Amino acid sequence: MSQRDGFEFEDLQGLLRFGHGRLSEACFMLLKVVDPEAAREWLLKAPVTDASSRTPLPQAAMQIAFSAEGLRVLGIDEAVIEGFSDEFIVGMTGDESRSRRLGDSGGSAPEHWRWGGDPAATPHILLLHYALPGGLQTQRASVEDDRFDAAFELIEILPTRDLGGIEHFGFADGISQPKIDWQQRQSTDLHHRDRYSNRLAVGETVLGYANEYGLYTDRPLIDPRRDERAAILADAEDLPGLKDFARNGCYLVLRQLAQDVSGFWRFLDQQSGGDAERREGLAASMVGRERDGTPLMKTGGDPIPGVAPEQQGNQFTYDADPGGHRCPLGAHIRRANPRSGDFPPGVTGFFSRLIKIFGFGQRRADEDLVASTRFHRLLRRGRPYGPPLTPEAALETDPPQAERGLHFICLVANISRQFEFVQDTWSMNSRFNGMRQESDPLLGGREPLINGENSDCFRLGQTDGPARKVCGLPRFVRVRGGGYFFMPGMRALKYIASLSAADGGAGR
Amino acid sequence: MTPQSTFMILAEIREGEIDALRDLLAGMNRIEGIADPENPLLPFGQFERLHVARFVILEAETAEEMRHHGREPYPWRPSLVFLGDCDGKSRYFLDQLARRAADGLQQIFSHCVGFDPDRDDLLTWMSGRNITPKANYINWIGRTVQQVREEEALQRSLAAYLPRAIEEVGRGNARALRQKLLTHVELERDAGRLQLSPPEPTPKLWWLGNLLHKLGMPSILLLLAPLLLLSAPFLILRLRMLERSDPEIVIRPGRAHIARLSVLEDLDVTNHFNVLGDVKPGLFRLSLLKFLLLTLDYASRHVYNHGYLTRVKTIHFARWVLLDNDRRLYFASNYDGSLEGYMDDFINKVAWGLNLVFSNGVGYPRTSWLIKQGAAREQQFKYTLRRHQLPSEVWYKAYPGLTAFDLARNSRIRQGVERRQSSDRAIREWLGLI
Repeated sequence: MSQRDGFEFEDLQGLLRFGHGRLSEACFMLLKVVDPEAAREWLLKAPVTDASSRTPLPQAAMQIAFSAEGLRVLGIDEAVIEGFSDEFIVGMTGDESRSRRLGDSGGSAPEHWRWGGDPAATPHILLLHYALPGGLQTQRASVEDDRFDAAFELIEILPTRDLGGIEHFGFADGISQPKIDWQQRQSTDLHHRDRYSNRLAVGETVLGYANEYGLYTDRPLIDPRRDERAAILADAEDLPGLKDFARNGCYLVLRQLAQDVSGFWRFLDQQSGGDAERREGLAASMVGRERDGTPLMKTGGDPIPGVAPEQQGNQFTYDADPGGHRCPLGAHIRRANPRSGDFPPGVTGFFSRLIKIFGFGQRRADEDLVASTRFHRLLRRGRPYGPPLTPEAALETDPPQAERGLHFICLVANISRQFEFVQDTWSMNSRFNGMRQESDPLLGGREPLINGENSDCFRLGQTDGPARKVCGLPRFVRVRGGGYFFMPGMRALKYIASLSAADGGAGR
Repeated sequence: MTPQSTFMILAEIREGEIDALRDLLAGMNRIEGIADPENPLLPFGQFERLHVARFVILEAETAEEMRHHGREPYPWRPSLVFLGDCDGKSRYFLDQLARRAADGLQQIFSHCVGFDPDRDDLLTWMSGRNITPKANYINWIGRTVQQVREEEALQRSLAAYLPRAIEEVGRGNARALRQKLLTHVELERDAGRLQLSPPEPTPKLWWLGNLLHKLGMPSILLLLAPLLLLSAPFLILRLRMLERSDPEIVIRPGRAHIARLSVLEDLDVTNHFNVLGDVKPGLFRLSLLKFLLLTLDYASRHVYNHGYLTRVKTIHFARWVLLDNDRRLYFASNYDGSLEGYMDDFINKVAWGLNLVFSNGVGYPRTSWLIKQGAAREQQFKYTLRRHQLPSEVWYKAYPGLTAFDLARNSRIRQGVERRQSSDRAIREWLGLI
């Protein structure tokens, strides 16, 4: 708690605090370490961007993250790696059970991926470059020196495209983001937080700090008596005798999601009988927002903590719409962030809380089916790629063929509780919020259940009668690559660079 | 109303036969983790009163934890558990089982100590090894497999017919729409395609026993109240001392162990869960545990018997069993959704409830005042839960693809067919269920 007043932003990689939105050019490089010694030398001088505020604003930025194998190759001790979570160590594709839970099956199965699908060939390093328009080549050239060339082999380069804050289906993106409570002002106590708040404990995105349970997520800690080089690392806040390798670091989840834009609009057009207004309406229902970002839910009401007054598009919950009449229960943004509190739909006092704890006093049979959102938030940092295709162009008879989609990135402190939970229990789950036969209208894999029941429908609740049901949704999004990475703090980067060949990195 | 009952046959596995038994059981699966309902060894699907069943090999993988309490681990021989939940008395069910699946069960149990197919009568042998749980939870007492099937068929039939009904009378006219649907149900029933059997009369003895239990337990508690009140300060003091002195054992589960478990998970909308651990040593912990399990059993029987156990609506069946002279606690459940979601419920919705019972088990995260901390210590709790978890070798559920919430919704749809709602709003709500 020593940093309560001034957060040590200078030890944090910039991406945790900033989306680098102004730096609209970006590319992500997947690297394999071929010469660990050269890689460490390069890393020592690498201009990784930290999170402190700068004036004038920087012209470019670079962030770096490592897979478990990457850390291993660079000489991180196996005991340190064992301090990370299982998901990170095993990787996104290292276990078929995980792929099944994430919905990475059928057309999205890892065996079809462009990269990351083979657990034996996981990229070691993810390098993220950001620059002002026209500056990306210069930015890359400034770090790709001889040492870089000797150290790494390029596995894949993931270009991005600035679509001006719009994703490929045509919707304003990145509107809902948690507000990180850097000053740790908000209580994480279950008794103080029955309603949704957009403010999120630092420990939910940054390792080494208290999370929404008021606890510290497990991470690698190093005994400085055994490893002198660890002296440069910060102390572990919860165990002061130990050095915290992960402090100010976080997990980075990267998934390349190819979007079938013309398939999406064609399906909607066909469902709407060619009527443009109905088509737009159905699209908005599937997303939960109009294309310009206006939510289907009425905004206003009690101010939500962590939502600034100017962010009206975020000033809403679904409490007033339990039946999904205004915004369908299965709408993409409702699944991804149900905005539920600890006691949905809220309690009024001590006794009402007590009654709720025992499961009584529910007004609806379908009340309290969704987990409390605050334990499952994602800080998103994705960027689109590929040439844009407007809905109008997508509907033309022969739309231009090209791969386009999203390089989805989220930053979390607990991959299984945050990213995997949201993906599995909320997005892909055919039973989200008590529904049947559905999965996320945008992301869903549409694979049938074990009893043959379909999961390719979408229900639009109606106030005046039975729900409208749209079925036969094709798969609009295919996973093309992905991996779990760790984005270390600045001190931990120095620590990695300080290792030597004797630490086991060489020759692997 | 037909009450549900439960059975759990426990038998030690013969030395050196565990692998052969495991192979035999694996042969009953359609895929790893899901039983083939028509497997020749035990064709579960032919037993129309069986809701869920499983075979588990109980191994005391965490017995060494007892050393932290300064004691030698209790010895334990790997044992086979065959458990399930059925409609009507389990005695009748076991009898039916022994008659119709004798060959298969004999093959399975011949790997167990003390069973000789030539000498032993299967039913007698099984009944002699049937263990009653200390607490038992049934999501909806009285809902039979037959009812589940009939109501699911009703839901499917209505959902399939609904678009046509809308086409004919329009979406907005709720009453006319309902009439259409009700007529459809009538026609389908007449044609024998739908069946909505009325509930069987409640067995009189069961009804009486249940009533006596319902009234008797609080009466006994009332009688004992003065004694409990007087001793409360000492009991609380003892509890607080133990909460401080009990060793906390936080051991991260191995990845191979987790992989072995997760390969069986999320194949159906429902998952199966087993944990086995030691009860903390000492009379205080055991007595406390027994008292709380008694309370839990009472609450499950008389309060939480219609769709929810406190805030949790995803558990179909669950049992808490004391084994090995009350030295070990075994918990088995059938729950909807992923394990991560189940743990989320445990931590965020019912941590207090889990703490009450499981804090008396070795290796559970430290609690304070019996209900605080414990499961709320997320990481330790997840570790301990996973570490004590055991895989099921075979798992059967009579209605794959259906969650407890689906079943409850289907029942509400049926209610709407049998009892007409009066207000337009109620009609629209009913239509919204389909």
